[in-house]
Amino acid sequence: MALFDRFASLAQARAELVQGHLNPFGTRIDEIFSPTEGRIGDYRVILAGTNNYLGLTFDPACIQAAQQALAQQGTGTTGSRMANGSYGSHLSLEAELGDFLGRRSVIVFSTGYLVNLGVIGALAGPEDIVLLDADCHASIYDACKLGGAQVIRFRHNDAADLERRMQRLGERARHALILVEGIYSMLGDQAPLGEIVEVKRRLGGYLLVDEAHSVGVLGGRGRGLAEELGVEADVDVVMGTFSKSLGAIGGFAASHDPDLELLRCASRPYIFTASPSPSAIASVRAALQALRSRPELRERLWANARRLYRGLAALGYRTGPQPSPVIPVLLGSPKEGVAFWQGLIERGVYVNLVPPLATPGGQALVRCSVSAAHTPEQIERIIEAFALLRAPAGQAMAGA
Amino acid sequence: MISEEQILERLFVHLRPLVPPRTPLHADIDLKQELGLDSIKVMDLLMALEDEFDVSIPLNVLIDVHTPAELARAVHALMEHTDGLVR
Repeated sequence: MALFDRFASLAQARAELVQGHLNPFGTRIDEIFSPTEGRIGDYRVILAGTNNYLGLTFDPACIQAAQQALAQQGTGTTGSRMANGSYGSHLSLEAELGDFLGRRSVIVFSTGYLVNLGVIGALAGPEDIVLLDADCHASIYDACKLGGAQVIRFRHNDAADLERRMQRLGERARHALILVEGIYSMLGDQAPLGEIVEVKRRLGGYLLVDEAHSVGVLGGRGRGLAEELGVEADVDVVMGTFSKSLGAIGGFAASHDPDLELLRCASRPYIFTASPSPSAIASVRAALQALRSRPELRERLWANARRLYRGLAALGYRTGPQPSPVIPVLLGSPKEGVAFWQGLIERGVYVNLVPPLATPGGQALVRCSVSAAHTPEQIERIIEAFALLRAPAGQAMAGA
Repeated sequence: MISEEQILERLFVHLRPLVPPRTPLHADIDLKQELGLDSIKVMDLLMALEDEFDVSIPLNVLIDVHTPAELARAVHALMEHTDGLVR
């Protein structure tokens, strides 16, 4: 067998799905004009598949901060924080995040994916038990593999099911790690964090919440779902990313417990990778300031999210269970999904195609993500594109 | 103590709804290659067995499991351990 033969069937399955010139599994975005507009081949499109929730990727203050850091500190750090040292700006960002989140200890990582690998992989070894929501992100599953933890899934957003599984563990539940997300990336729904906290209070365990999609989106100050529900004190570690609301790349873990700092010596994904570039850190610091000082961004985001959610539901589409800046539209077969995704681009709207969910029905979905930077007119144009696709083939899809 | 055969029997009950109707099932059929189950469906099958037998079965049992027989064997071995850890 040749080296790459093992992927042949996967590649073939994808190739069979892709007809025509637009490939949902390798989209080339030729130009970016703004947080909400770009060009894909011949099509000028509204970008509604970016996770750019606050629309800060073109914020003048963020760009200026990044340009200044680039000029003053160079293009990259060229090494890891442990071996090559941290720049002052890494530590400043950690302090600023600690202040924002109201937590004593913060560690910045090079990507959001690495945050989960770095924290969960280090905290959950072969003798430890992780209880994770079945819909958790791949980075959380991968992190469990890295650490070798014993992994038990509970049914998505079902605190009673978590409780049942913890009860089966008996004494061992007291030291288990419970892992959930603030907003789930596929269906856009929120964890029932209040109920999960109640289970934790009854049965013990440590609670880790990945707020990748909810920082900047939920909470009175934008700290995420735990803030929104008033349970931050019960969350032992919060994880987040810089690549969504904060418009760059990187991520963080934060805790009330100062011993989180010990991970700097124990977390391989922290130790053995290059640190974030000065320009990324600088733009994140400026974006964090914007997040804190401009709550109107969050208000605009939610106004857009509610409008799009209701608009798509009114057209008869099956969307996620609750209004959210992440809005899935459930479609039919994978082939129908690809055709639908292509149809949207031809009508000037770019969203993400997600290969079939692993449900008995095996449905594909397209995922829209809304931005504070979308204008009301752009939201209407997105709805209009979905309306145009609704008939005739869409009839069957929407009711599927 | 429940036997491996009893686990296998119940496993088929939970497996049936995950595959197309009338798919022939046997103990040595490959869950992914022959039945086309993706990893999430296999994990869901495990979850159903946890509820069926009221035990905690870490996903780790799925390492090296390809067939119903292997899965039943892994679950049985786990249920025999007193500490519930997969080794």
